[in-house]
Amino acid sequence: MTPDALFEPELQLRVQHLLARYADSLDAGRFEDWPAFFTEDCVYKIISAENYERGLPLAVIDCDSRAMLEDRVRALREANIYEAQRYRHILSTTLIRGRGGAGVMAETPYQVTRIMQDGSSLLFSLGRYLDRIVSAGDEWRFAEKLVVFDNKRIDTLLAIPL
Amino acid sequence: MRDPASEPISDQIWPEGGNARVPFRVYMDAEIHAEEQRRIFQGPTWHLLCLAIELPAPGDYLTTFVGETPVIVTRGEDRTLNAFENRCVHKGALVCLKDRGNAKVLSCVYHNWNYDLKGRLKSVAFQKGIKGQGGMPADFRVDAHRLRPLRVAELSGLVFGTFSADAPALEEFIGPEIIQRMARVLNRPLRILGRHTQYLNNNWKLYVENVKDTYHAGLLHLFFAAFKLNRLASEGGIIVSPSGGNHASYSRRRTIHANPEYDEARLRAARQDYTLADPSLLDATDEFGDGINVQILTVFPGFVLQQVENSIAVRQVLPKGVGATELNWTVLGFAGDDAAMTRRRLKQANLIGPAGYISMEDGAVGGFVQRATVGAGEHAAIVEMGGRGHESQATRATEASVRGFWQAWRTLMGR
Repeated sequence: MTPDALFEPELQLRVQHLLARYADSLDAGRFEDWPAFFTEDCVYKIISAENYERGLPLAVIDCDSRAMLEDRVRALREANIYEAQRYRHILSTTLIRGRGGAGVMAETPYQVTRIMQDGSSLLFSLGRYLDRIVSAGDEWRFAEKLVVFDNKRIDTLLAIPL
Repeated sequence: MRDPASEPISDQIWPEGGNARVPFRVYMDAEIHAEEQRRIFQGPTWHLLCLAIELPAPGDYLTTFVGETPVIVTRGEDRTLNAFENRCVHKGALVCLKDRGNAKVLSCVYHNWNYDLKGRLKSVAFQKGIKGQGGMPADFRVDAHRLRPLRVAELSGLVFGTFSADAPALEEFIGPEIIQRMARVLNRPLRILGRHTQYLNNNWKLYVENVKDTYHAGLLHLFFAAFKLNRLASEGGIIVSPSGGNHASYSRRRTIHANPEYDEARLRAARQDYTLADPSLLDATDEFGDGINVQILTVFPGFVLQQVENSIAVRQVLPKGVGATELNWTVLGFAGDDAAMTRRRLKQANLIGPAGYISMEDGAVGGFVQRATVGAGEHAAIVEMGGRGHESQATRATEASVRGFWQAWRTLMGR
């Protein structure tokens, strides 16, 4: 398929709508809603661009089931200690990379600013989402989401997912 | 007149109470920080530079740091490992700008002074001038100059370096008991699974103390305690080197006995009702055959080897100014791992690193101390858990290895 052949306005908007809702759930602190954006046997990884480009498999967060995402949320709420903070996602225009039986391949540049309770903010993470999105009727979900971050060095800790 | 520089710094600032008191000033004082660079990081200590497998071929090089000093490590044409300061002898510019690469000659971009893989100056651009004019003086000798070298030693696949001619041999510096604990984990050819880089908003010593502090592990890290990965009531202990600077702590998961101290204290970390929706995260194997599920090891000043279940990593602690630290994790497997074992290690890597279930808090607590002690430079921390010495102990309800760190620090800073 040529890149122009992948221009399908409805598909484009559909994917961007999914991504906007995804980012909103995290920015608004509705972490319990977050796993539902994924299929049951999903893959979700946050991996540095350095590891990704060198073919090194290590990820900062490495989940291969929706249940693992639920465990993350539970730990965020009940186990892990971190200072009050929130995120603001800025998503750039999604590029549809392909479409086939395995789903829609989409790539979306992102920036996440982290805002602490004292008002200080930091460009905490920037990179791209490499997504494989599948649909079952009206439900569109991530079967795979790789968060490939460019800024290698993570400040303090990463508690809330990207 | 008395030369203040000759006065041992630790005698100037240390309160009564020996290593059981730590003055908060040591985390915030720029003079102490500068002295540490000289007396500790460029003093008689050894530092992790890289893994030997990162430089497989002649000409391979990478750049790293010893303390705040930039360093190049190379694999020479003769296959030996070499390390030297990443500072051109001419004007002091960085010679290698890339993280890693392969080269026959290392060239400074500023004036094209060239070095071989052992750091020896080989040529100087326009040494003879142009058309008989300019150039270096006739008695300038290229072979009289080289990049400042480090001594290099390899142990269990790890490459260490020191700037000091006075440092004892690496094995002697680490000591036989700690070497044995290192060899227990790094017992076969390694494979690098990847790296994490974490930036901590605190002095480097706060992070090193945290790693040595067995007292906090089951208290701060609820996840650790909730899954019985590590509780102070588990069987285990700490080994502290006679110098104080090196330690290994270990515990056995499946040895938790009734622990009334936990329950009576109603500790936040002692919840019993915590379960995982996907328990595959904790599907660990006893790969070393001795039942030890957590072993944390340090070598003074800034080397860490971690085994948490099947998650193995080395960490390099690098000061970045008085109030900041860079933490470089290299996460490891073994060359002989099959796909399932590699997957197990990668999954368990969720426990460690900047987003680790049992390590993320360590990225923040140092900052809590750094921020809280701003106005308390004349006050001191109380470090008395497990007594006031730094001897090995058969319990982890102790801060003996933290006191050991200060023993080693004061020895070097006091001259």
